[in-house]
Amino acid sequence: MYGSEVKIRLLLAAVLAGAWALAGAAPDEDWRQGNSKAAGLEHCVRSTDYMRRNHMELIEHERTETVHHGVRIESKSLAGCIKCHVQYDAAAKPIPINSEEQFCDMCHEYAAVTLDCFQCHATVPTPETDYGARAGEGDKQ
Amino acid sequence: MSKTTDQPDQDRRAFIGKAAGAVAAATLAPGVFLHGVAGVEYRQEPVTDKVRWGMLVDSNKCADGCTACVDACNHENGLDLLEKPEGLSDDMWDQQIPKWIRKVTVKDKLSGRESNLPMLCQHCEHPPCVDVCPTGASFRRADGIVMVDRHTCIGCRYCMMACPYKARSFVHEVVEHKPTISPRGKGCVESCTFCVHRLDRGETTTACQDACSQAGHKAIVFGDLNDPSSEVSQALKQYPSRQVRADLKLNTGVRYSGV
Repeated sequence: MYGSEVKIRLLLAAVLAGAWALAGAAPDEDWRQGNSKAAGLEHCVRSTDYMRRNHMELIEHERTETVHHGVRIESKSLAGCIKCHVQYDAAAKPIPINSEEQFCDMCHEYAAVTLDCFQCHATVPTPETDYGARAGEGDKQ
Repeated sequence: MSKTTDQPDQDRRAFIGKAAGAVAAATLAPGVFLHGVAGVEYRQEPVTDKVRWGMLVDSNKCADGCTACVDACNHENGLDLLEKPEGLSDDMWDQQIPKWIRKVTVKDKLSGRESNLPMLCQHCEHPPCVDVCPTGASFRRADGIVMVDRHTCIGCRYCMMACPYKARSFVHEVVEHKPTISPRGKGCVESCTFCVHRLDRGETTTACQDACSQAGHKAIVFGDLNDPSSEVSQALKQYPSRQVRADLKLNTGVRYSGV
């Protein structure tokens, strides 16, 4: 009788451990993979833990600061996020940040959360000084 | 816009957990991570009403047939990247494609005198588009620029109906090319922003003004209406000018002379 209870407990522990491992299999190691600028930095504008859970709060708050109050410094603009996190292909062309296995897609795919930012926003950095200049095909989503 | 979150309180967790030290140290990253472009002065503080941006257009200098300002605007704000949807006639496309500046010819019926002028968002002090907007998406920034917050725009187009200047456009189709400075998507209204992306980087000219000067006409003067020594204030003081539809008492930020 005791044996079966121990077995159940062991099974439960194993299941829990499995679930834990699965949860830990979130894109943990490769969050700053590749040749993005972010890969060389210790963490984002806040700690990684904070950013992972609250980046959407920051982005939503800062969009008001940017659009209504005109504060467009990089730490407050989505363009800043993209500029730092975007990766480049062999031809040094930026890869759209929401394309498969790229920074945004990685977690959002895993968490099954749709993201709407890029219905309007650019997915690759485009020139900041010569506004009319085009980034070429890179800006095509 | 207060918001609740379903996320657990991370600060509390961190305090309890071993990571307390690491998280506390990392809560506010030092400025070293905030990379900026060398030589660019982004605005750090929210805009105030100390400045009111405005424009004076001298229609005597505005040349017949010249579209330098329109082309420059289209290029600057990515309007020339929009592609005609399949199956749409050229005529319909011409009606649908967003236009931030329209070249208009006005004629005095009595004398037959014609004048050319660029018609754009007049950046009113009392904008009818803001009055009618049901979501608060249409707003007037502290420095007098009337804009659309596309995050809250639902595309109802009341503002387009309310605007006496036909200054606003609606984006009808999915947008493929989206330059960084001009986010654009299907279902939102947009209009001239006085090249706000330039102003927020410390520049003081608009694309249309630069293009007009380059074309040798110098019909557009842009600047701070609140600063009596600015070029636009001096020009307004010197030359007679008028607001279009002054009877509506909107106190427009764009004035015309020679009309």
